[in-house]
Amino acid sequence: MAWFAIVLIKILVAFGALLLLAAYMSWMERRVFALVQVRYGPNRVGPAGLLQPIADGIKLMFKETVVPSQADKFVFFIAPALTLIPALAAFAVVPFGDTVTLFGQKIDLVVADVNVGILYIFALSGIGVYGVVLGAWASNSKYPLLGGLRASAQLISYELSLGMSLLGVVMISGSLSLKDIVAGQADYPYIFLQPLGFILFVICMFAETNRTPFDLPEAESELTGGFHTEYSSMNFAVYFLAEYCNMLTLSAVAATFFLGGWRGPLLPPVLWFLIKIIAFMFFFMWLRASSPRLRYDQLMAFGWKVLLPLSILNVVVTAVFIYLLDS
Amino acid sequence: MQEFISAFFGDYSVINGYVPLFIFLLVALGFAGGTLIAALIIRPHKPYPEKLAPYECGMPPLMEAHERFSIRFYLLGILFLLFDVEAMFLFPWAVKYDALGLFGFIEMMLFIAILLVGYFYAWRKGALEWA
Repeated sequence: MAWFAIVLIKILVAFGALLLLAAYMSWMERRVFALVQVRYGPNRVGPAGLLQPIADGIKLMFKETVVPSQADKFVFFIAPALTLIPALAAFAVVPFGDTVTLFGQKIDLVVADVNVGILYIFALSGIGVYGVVLGAWASNSKYPLLGGLRASAQLISYELSLGMSLLGVVMISGSLSLKDIVAGQADYPYIFLQPLGFILFVICMFAETNRTPFDLPEAESELTGGFHTEYSSMNFAVYFLAEYCNMLTLSAVAATFFLGGWRGPLLPPVLWFLIKIIAFMFFFMWLRASSPRLRYDQLMAFGWKVLLPLSILNVVVTAVFIYLLDS
Repeated sequence: MQEFISAFFGDYSVINGYVPLFIFLLVALGFAGGTLIAALIIRPHKPYPEKLAPYECGMPPLMEAHERFSIRFYLLGILFLLFDVEAMFLFPWAVKYDALGLFGFIEMMLFIAILLVGYFYAWRKGALEWA
């Protein structure tokens, strides 16, 4: 029974932390934006605007949801949940700290250490596409449809390179379990062995989460919001939350695969892990505030003609190096 | 709990690791569903025809949005399927790369070479162009 209680507590802590972090990332994004654009940003609700996400959540909860008359109402209703559930669930395999001993029990700070961890994350990020496409299709409106088509094409194109950019790390560590991959980085993080893999992963990470400079699915100035144009109130908030959860999960994966996960000197492991994630999130926001958007044909050409060959090259070069070093 | 699981799955104790994943998935489902349903119950609902019209920057909507769309999206879907299956073949190989040695190296280089032929064929045929 103790085993089950520990699992339950870990799930609730990880889940709560992820949601809280996602909500506060919206606050951080607005503050960082304000900094870049030399204005204040939200600073009225609570100290430094810290209660702003809660106020926003309550407001969105009480707003009317406008469901377009021609929409497929059932699919329209469940589509945001189809995006949020995989976005949240993918975090379950990411280790957020070292093994700790509490009340005589050894506890791994990871919800579930499965031996196909990274495949599980890819599977869920693949399912996440459905929510976007179905929501766009069910709206039965032109802007969302265009946004949804763009989103699906972009997500599947960059998912290839996203997967392949991690193959080098898998080859070096010889495991798909994220816990083993962190354990393999005891001496130095894999970014030194896989610099190209890291760069490819970060680029694909931006494309997978629809962030600038790859935010074509929700380009405000041409598609008025893209796939979630017709969404309002809590249904919109769920999409919004899903986007931040995706960003957090992929940042966590990048930190785990290339930057040593929770490893770091002096500070406690969980804090190091948070610092790495928030550094990635800051990078997301910084780029959004300072870079323009690609054109669609450039986006597709970049994904298929640059990133895909480079990620295959990375696999081949890594394979050659490992073989030469072993023999 | 352990006994309960092994009663169902015999000695497939490897499934134990997935039980937390399943519970996490259920919690995520509960949260997403709960939020949407709670909002459905407490929010106001005052529709009228103009409010429910599809958004088209203020114009009356011209026609249905469920029109035909570009064939390129299908082509892209097929290409994605091919390359994604290939990536799935690469993962087990990458995990056991150390044990496979020269044999595994040459086999996979051949596999990637064949795949690259297909890739350049698709490129030459213009499947990757969007203009």
